[in-house]
Amino acid sequence: MKAEVTRRACLTASALLGSALATGACSALAPARWPGTLDGADFTRGHALRDRRFPAPRATVQAAKLVIAGGGVAGLAAGWRLLDAGFDDFELLELEDRAGGNARSGRNAISAYPLGAHYLPIPNREAGALRRMLGQFGMIVGTDAAGAPIYDPYQVCADLDERLFWRGAWQEGLFPQTGLSVAERAQHDDFERTMAMFSAAVGQDGKPAFAVPIACSSQDPAFTALDRISFAAWLDARGWTSAPLRAYVRYCCRDDYGTEPGEVSAWAGVHYFAARRGWSGAETRDRELTWPEGNGRLVALMTAQLGDRIRPAQTVFGAARADDGATINVFDHHSGTSRALRTQAAILAMPQFVAARICPGVGGTKGFSYAPWVVANVSTSRHPRGPGVPLAWDNVSAASDSLGYVVATHQTDSGGDGPTVLTWYMPLSAMPAAEARRVMLNRSLGEWQDLVASDLLDLHPDLEGAITRIDVWRWGHAMIRPTTGFLTDPDRLAAQAGAPPLFRAHSDLSGMSIFEEAHYRGVAAAEAAMRHLGHPFESLLA
Amino acid sequence: MQSETMPPPSRAHTAILLVSVLVVATCGLIYELLAGTLASYLLGDSVTQFSIVIGSYLFAMGVGSYVSRYVRRDEIGAFIRVEVLIAALGGWSAAGLFLLFPLVDDFRLVLYALVLAIGVLVGLEIPLLIRILRHRYPFRDLVSNVLTYDYVGALVASLLFPLVLVPRLGMIRTGMVFGVANVLVAIALTWVLKERRGRRLDLAMAFAVLASLLVGLSMADRLQQMSEVAFYGEGVIYAHSTSYQRIVLTRRASDLRLYLNGNLQFSSRDEYRYHEALVWPVLGRVMHPRNVLILGGGDGLAAREVLSDPEVAHVTLVDLDPEMTRLFRNNAELVALNRGSLSSPRISVINTDAFRWVRQARGPYDAVIADFPDPTAYSLGKLYTESFYRELARLLAPDGMMTVQSTSPLIAPRTYWTVATTLEAAGLKTRGYHVYVPSFGEWGYTLAAHYPPSDTVHLPPGLRFLDARAERLMFEFPRDMARRPTPVNRLDNQALVRSFDEEWAHYES
Repeated sequence: MKAEVTRRACLTASALLGSALATGACSALAPARWPGTLDGADFTRGHALRDRRFPAPRATVQAAKLVIAGGGVAGLAAGWRLLDAGFDDFELLELEDRAGGNARSGRNAISAYPLGAHYLPIPNREAGALRRMLGQFGMIVGTDAAGAPIYDPYQVCADLDERLFWRGAWQEGLFPQTGLSVAERAQHDDFERTMAMFSAAVGQDGKPAFAVPIACSSQDPAFTALDRISFAAWLDARGWTSAPLRAYVRYCCRDDYGTEPGEVSAWAGVHYFAARRGWSGAETRDRELTWPEGNGRLVALMTAQLGDRIRPAQTVFGAARADDGATINVFDHHSGTSRALRTQAAILAMPQFVAARICPGVGGTKGFSYAPWVVANVSTSRHPRGPGVPLAWDNVSAASDSLGYVVATHQTDSGGDGPTVLTWYMPLSAMPAAEARRVMLNRSLGEWQDLVASDLLDLHPDLEGAITRIDVWRWGHAMIRPTTGFLTDPDRLAAQAGAPPLFRAHSDLSGMSIFEEAHYRGVAAAEAAMRHLGHPFESLLA
Repeated sequence: MQSETMPPPSRAHTAILLVSVLVVATCGLIYELLAGTLASYLLGDSVTQFSIVIGSYLFAMGVGSYVSRYVRRDEIGAFIRVEVLIAALGGWSAAGLFLLFPLVDDFRLVLYALVLAIGVLVGLEIPLLIRILRHRYPFRDLVSNVLTYDYVGALVASLLFPLVLVPRLGMIRTGMVFGVANVLVAIALTWVLKERRGRRLDLAMAFAVLASLLVGLSMADRLQQMSEVAFYGEGVIYAHSTSYQRIVLTRRASDLRLYLNGNLQFSSRDEYRYHEALVWPVLGRVMHPRNVLILGGGDGLAAREVLSDPEVAHVTLVDLDPEMTRLFRNNAELVALNRGSLSSPRISVINTDAFRWVRQARGPYDAVIADFPDPTAYSLGKLYTESFYRELARLLAPDGMMTVQSTSPLIAPRTYWTVATTLEAAGLKTRGYHVYVPSFGEWGYTLAAHYPPSDTVHLPPGLRFLDARAERLMFEFPRDMARRPTPVNRLDNQALVRSFDEEWAHYES
């Protein structure tokens, strides 16, 4: 009886969200019921690039020895690696007014909060470059007797880290603990066992079957063959069809890839569950590093190091090889003029669909598709409550199509109540991406607010009257999607290859939009560029 | 369709009677839902409570139906009296149960007696109505009509109750409103049937019940408040919800008590035991306690003890809730209790989250007193972690001393010793001690410093509880409270909150 109600509520909730998104149900302009802003990646600047609306360069200027085009995590990581190796003759051009890409953050009177990416799992042993950076940032406070790093407890996600609203109550963890049939439980146990096996597996080439960064993964066909089918098809073939397991898997795929399991490559699907082997001295290996502003903390620390080498509001709209170097065409949004920069080498730290537009020869874009996301920061005058286990950092409902919310003050506060900011996430994965982007652009702030508030209030009737503000952020191209066949996609392989003096850096090259991949690609490009320019360094890559 | 053998029914009568079926059906279900909700609210375990309430209610209705056969004549009169009785019992049920809960020894007895009484009366209604209407309808239509209205009423009630009534009116008012509906049915019927005998008496009774319900409705807020009184078992003299907690002050005779979120913080009768044991083992072991830090303790009682030491030049008190410190700075009675400690020129009160504050604070402090609420929630548990104690160790002078309120070593020994283990993990030397506080029970604290806390203590004269001998005794732990191995409480495992939950739940079950 109880289960029925929940299931029905689940269906209604997802139908509501789904149809509201698909049809723009509340098409009459809903007035905004709360203060807030409707914002996002700069559509105007992005579309200007698409439509090539830039004046021809007026002058040719001698620029730094190396130019990084793009100030997302990959570009910033490249900059970090260069400075770390003592190479400081470079500049970084960023299209937006602020660097950070989808790891940017916001802040209000209550707390800082993420606008997109919001955590970093404790890195694997193979992520040496990333660990070096975290150490420099004071996030590693020592090593244990075995040499494993010990992470700063203030920056490791505090307990309780996650909870699930399931059949009328909150429970710890993201997989249902109660009300499962014997068969459902058995399937889940079987699934977990298999993933643990994959996690420990090593290929013929001696590399781990699934690694982060994925470039460190084994090329053994026993594992890469998984890339040929979708995760859903692979689960079906194994007979793992129970509703709770599939709902859990769907949540995970949408969380990390913004994509439904039917489209995700089975290799990528297994990677989500089997690639994390956090290397840490304390018992924190399965934990995440997180901050009120999410990965905005990492971005801020990298940005601070690069200082005024970062030039914001600069759209790079052309990149070409020239004799003995490269020419970069750049439009300055402040002066409204274009310049041509002469440089010895350049790192194009931008998504593939942008790189292909400004630089013929970086490869095609056919295999690259992107998930649109909406992120809302909801300020409340009190903490959410609810039956069952108390508030966690990550709070997910089994009965909603959103991914739930994280609590910005989770790491910093000990007051159990009072004002906070809830960051609510929703990948628009249920419809074709182009359509979702159109819906996303046409919807008004008031409509988004109603959608977000009704999703939150369904989960938390106790928040009625407690919402003080809703800021909505739209990401048209939030994440690259690791769809079936992405490992061997010729366009991706071509993009990875790159050729001096133009180097590529972006998580697109990995096919997964996670911090570790962007960082790895940035570091790899920086090292390739230094090698090309004859700057000596000791490689940090495994 | 009407059979020609029967006289045509008076339209007004029939209408009123059918409407009354709807009303009584709605009311009947509402009382049942009220009893179930109240029982789960006050006794917990909603599945059990609802199941037993519904079961016994339905059974009582069966009894009522059976008893209806003994009503031989004057069915209308009987029906009217049943309505008046239901109105009185049902209408006052929620308010009555709330008020009686803390006063009676076995609340279940009262609850089920009331459920059975209302159930029997409600069970009488439908058989009586069918009999009243039997001359006005052919049997086929009669059963159909009555049962239809009965079931529709049930639907109305079950939808109204959770969606409108409980959120909008609250339980006390809901009961009263439906009591009024019941009594109005009785009054309407009495009014219409002018020739009936005993009409005046019924009417008088009905109006009396109606009046009582209307008075009850107008006093619903006061009743609600009285039931909070009843919950605390003492007169509530102050109740206020701040952004962080519900503050309730109660008084019975000379005993003034503070509750935060329903948890007792002190009783004015024995708080001196708690606070002398909190403060003097620390101050008595520091040569010159000039700078003292108090974390929590917004009631100013620990500060009162600290400020009574003339050596103390400055006290920093960090408490999250500004309304708490304001109350204890301004209320005359409370100021008498803490001797105006929060207005002393020697104190700085900082209203902020101690977890944030310690990370940016600078020492050194000669004495630190951590007097936080028990680790009942993950948020509070952060104030007992290794990371937090490392900050306190940084703030503590090399020859300084601190103490930590560490819950009951008798009820929750594992939790109690986790605090010591955690302080030691943060690099401090510890010594546990405990004291008997009648309103709390056996209560524990942990001394911690950069060096092992000594046996020697210098206590001021004139304390009510502590002298050197009593102080020494506090450090003795009998077997049931003796030290045992525990994990370290860390931000990412919250071992303390988890064991606190287990041990207190075990104790209270």
